[in-house]
Amino acid sequence: MLKFVVRRLLLLVPILVGLSILVFAWVRALPGGPEAALLGERATPERVAQVRHEFGLDRPLYEQYASYIGKVVQGDFGQSIKTTRPVLDDIQTKFPATIELALAALLFAVLLGIPLGFLAARRYQTWVDNSSLVGSLLGISVPVFFLAYLLKYVFAVKLNWLPSTGRLDAIRDVAHPTGFYTLDAVLTRDWGAFTDAVRHLVLPGIALGTIPLAIVTRITRAAVLEVTNEDYVRTAEAKGLTRRVVNGRHVLRNAMLPVATVVGLQTGLLLSGAVLTEIVFAWPGMGSWLYEATFNRDFPVLEGGILFLAVVFVLVNLLVDISYGVLDPRIRLQGR
Amino acid sequence: MSIAESEARLLSTEHTGDIAGSRMREAFRQLRRNPVAILGAALITLFVVVAVFAPWLAPHSPTAGDLSQITLSHVPGPSAEHPLGLDTQGRDELSRIIYGARASLLIGVVSLSLGALVGMLIGALAGGLGGWVDSLLMRLMDIMLAVPGLLFAIAVAAVLQPSLRSVMIAIAVVNVPVFARLLRASMIGQRHSDYVLAARSIGVRRWRIIVGHVLPNSLAPVIVQGTLSLATAIIDAAGLAFLGLGSADPSVPEWGRMLADTQQYLQSAPQLALFPGLAIVVSVLGFNLLGDALREALDPKLRR
Repeated sequence: MLKFVVRRLLLLVPILVGLSILVFAWVRALPGGPEAALLGERATPERVAQVRHEFGLDRPLYEQYASYIGKVVQGDFGQSIKTTRPVLDDIQTKFPATIELALAALLFAVLLGIPLGFLAARRYQTWVDNSSLVGSLLGISVPVFFLAYLLKYVFAVKLNWLPSTGRLDAIRDVAHPTGFYTLDAVLTRDWGAFTDAVRHLVLPGIALGTIPLAIVTRITRAAVLEVTNEDYVRTAEAKGLTRRVVNGRHVLRNAMLPVATVVGLQTGLLLSGAVLTEIVFAWPGMGSWLYEATFNRDFPVLEGGILFLAVVFVLVNLLVDISYGVLDPRIRLQGR
Repeated sequence: MSIAESEARLLSTEHTGDIAGSRMREAFRQLRRNPVAILGAALITLFVVVAVFAPWLAPHSPTAGDLSQITLSHVPGPSAEHPLGLDTQGRDELSRIIYGARASLLIGVVSLSLGALVGMLIGALAGGLGGWVDSLLMRLMDIMLAVPGLLFAIAVAAVLQPSLRSVMIAIAVVNVPVFARLLRASMIGQRHSDYVLAARSIGVRRWRIIVGHVLPNSLAPVIVQGTLSLATAIIDAAGLAFLGLGSADPSVPEWGRMLADTQQYLQSAPQLALFPGLAIVVSVLGFNLLGDALREALDPKLRR
């Protein structure tokens, strides 16, 4: 197991080096540099040259890359060209916002998806099953931003039940030791802020969580159907165990393996969907931050932000693979 | 067919397409009985017909608008002349939705074909040749897969000049590693099957085994993925247009951009967000329904 983890971690190195080169090249391939975004179109050539020199953009590419990587390895991601704030500081406030949103989405997907999928499998080929199938296909067919609009219109504009912008009401002034607003509220025992933070999470969470919900429902259904036909389930039933025990101990536990994998694989989808969701709901996370940086040609923000997300993404995939081995000892043995 | 006969057919290099062919025919028979597949095919047909015959179906011009009826707080809703009302530039909403199907279909088909073609070429090379070629190509695909799909497409589209062509290229690039990995895995799965062993034992050349035996039998998952990827391509194209990375000409009707343009009018004219959104959902749902039914038909393990 340890060997497997170490090998996978070592494999990360070439992937990250390749990615850092790609991101670096990509940022410099964007039409128009940061000087155009900062100074506008009518800047004098001297001023443009001066700005390019300030940010080191007039040096050879390999030199720029070498000095960048040298700093990154020491944990220095540089500072934003637009706001001059250190990139790492921004990541510290934006990343928890995105993770909090993604976790809310995942919670919605798992808490609703597993029971729904289980029910569909247990009512195989009845109207319950069929409507869960059509519902989940519909769920993956709705663009995130359209669903976000619908939710915003119905629950914020028309019914005025829930807030549809930001993470907290603007008037609220609270401390944020962790950057996770719900957790911060619990830590400071500010229950008003807690409810407020949760209320702000509901609509974006549902918008972002609908596709994972559809996927979790389908995978749970398929996994439960497969496990139901296993000999050990029949044996358990034949032994006269109650339905509840068989369902809980034999069916669900064994069906959770593919579900856990798929939940892990949703990370990429959540990060992609977060860009669109964050824009519609004015959520101050990584997605909207990087989106703005693309338009400002804010090189350090783009490089740092994307590399950071890529590392997170790859690490989560690794964790999923490891948890696979933990959940199913047979896989661990095969790996040897 | 007797066992001897079927073995003879398996061994004959002239009839190698038949194993794959008969599976396709069987799958097709199943699809015709499946209501999910029929509904999917119907939605796809509707989408394609609307896109192809847009100039004949649209009641008005999709680009010429009458701004005199538009104010910041009021956009005329549905009327007899404009069944879905006017958009914020005074253009006929229905006509724009009908023409918008063209951009969606074009982007979907071109980006998928391009991405699948390049991806399958890479996958076939990796799966067929193995060795260091395989390792090198797959590590490359790993790096591409390390960036989530839509983000990758945004990155590619941002580098290129904004146009429909850039959107197609961006989505095609995202599709490449998906198809490469899929075809490779599928081919490796076939490598140790009996018919490959049989063909090898009678001395059929390696490339001939790959092209004649392994490839046709590895295509089933690729076809399924193709249908589902078309759905994703349409959604991603809408997402790019929503972010302002679609066509450079704002008068070109694109469903994603039509949605984005209505953000300020959500209160006064919610129908302007509703209709293009529904158009996306209907077309994407068609491909998802058919893709799901196809997967069930082509994968005997899912059948019960």
